[in-house]
Amino acid sequence: MQPVLLNYLPILVFLVIAAAIALAMVGGSLIAAHQKPYAEKLSAYECGFEPFDDARRRFDVRFYLVAILFIIFDLEVAFLFPWAVSLSRIGLFGFFSMLGFLAVLTIGFIYEWRKGALEWE
Amino acid sequence: MGFGEGLLHLLLVVVQALALLVPLLIGVAYLTYAERKVLAAIQLRKGPNVVGPFGLWQPFADAIKMLMKETIIPAGSNRLLFLMAPMLTFGLAMIAWAVIPVNDGWAIADINVGVLYLFAISSLGVYGIIIAGWASNSKYAFLGAMRSAAQMVSYEVSMGFVMVSVLLCVGSLNLNDVVMAQRHVWFAIPLFPMFVVFFISTLAETNRAPFDLPEGESEIVAGFFVEYSAMAFALFFLGEYANMILMSTMTSILFLGGWLSPVGFLPSGPGWLVLKIVVVLFMFLWVRATFPRFRYDQLMRLGWKVFLPFSLAWLVLTAGVLLAMGWLPHGA
Repeated sequence: MQPVLLNYLPILVFLVIAAAIALAMVGGSLIAAHQKPYAEKLSAYECGFEPFDDARRRFDVRFYLVAILFIIFDLEVAFLFPWAVSLSRIGLFGFFSMLGFLAVLTIGFIYEWRKGALEWE
Repeated sequence: MGFGEGLLHLLLVVVQALALLVPLLIGVAYLTYAERKVLAAIQLRKGPNVVGPFGLWQPFADAIKMLMKETIIPAGSNRLLFLMAPMLTFGLAMIAWAVIPVNDGWAIADINVGVLYLFAISSLGVYGIIIAGWASNSKYAFLGAMRSAAQMVSYEVSMGFVMVSVLLCVGSLNLNDVVMAQRHVWFAIPLFPMFVVFFISTLAETNRAPFDLPEGESEIVAGFFVEYSAMAFALFFLGEYANMILMSTMTSILFLGGWLSPVGFLPSGPGWLVLKIVVVLFMFLWVRATFPRFRYDQLMRLGWKVFLPFSLAWLVLTAGVLLAMGWLPHGA
């Protein structure tokens, strides 16, 4: 195995340990506790009512909007990470290239703001 | 590397991982105790004081109680996803710890993209919540999950900008380098506004008061985990509190100098890191006891219209100042 990849081995070990703990806890509870399910207990919680209908229904479109905005800005952050680390080597040219990119995104952001995409009331 | 040597290395890693995770889980248990005690003290109550001296066995009593409860899987739910969601939340809160350095060179996985890894893992946290809300097939859970997801992604962006501005001052993505770059001055001082933005964003990111709308008890009962009981619930709970400790650790490492000693004549060491984490965690509890809950529109306004433009502007300013003054670090 390459030494670089070997640095990532502990993450795999952590994953296995975490999965083992999680499974042991849920499994242990399933074994240790007395399970006695019936229809009323298994119905979805709705303040004592019988649940009216399926919970998977239409929801506010603004959640979509937030998700889309998030993707744009998160990609921007992902793009900024390598830039921030190498700024000392790419100098002024690198700085202004990124400034141009940020300016374009900022124009988009101002447009969204003016359009009211960020309003919740 | 031979097979025997490789096995030995693997065993060493397992021992190291357990040496970190076991104290972490005990820390999580006592964080729940500390939370109840601190809130009680602030509200002039006594808090848990029956089980053991000063109520110190309370977390274990709670754990045993949870273990003995029935695991209810609602009839309309997707059973597999329903049980997977808390495990995912818990697992993500655990694996993030693989890269945390507790002393100079004492990171179990000393990877060169540590900051990026933490950022990625904390982003994945949304999945556990969305899956739980969807799989429960309950209206409260669904609404809570939508709110929570929107809130977490909103504050993640400004958190990312804050991290990038720290990276500008470090010139490396390695967490060890981040701490060592603060030998002369903690980043909390030159980047103070970003420190404040980061701390508030971590509150929102972990769904803590005053941003605890996802579980706003008075309107949507408990948010995305209404339907959970017994150990599945306990896993969410543990994951959430482990995330709180993780976020405090990130704050300590990025801004408060990690394990570095704040006073010159005392040696640096893991003790300082623990102390800083505890101080930041106390801030979490203090904030919860002091501030009322935000409204949802206020929350989104703060995230998108205040923190995002502000942190972006401050990031550009930081980069500009560092470049103009020739202070940019020449990292590896």
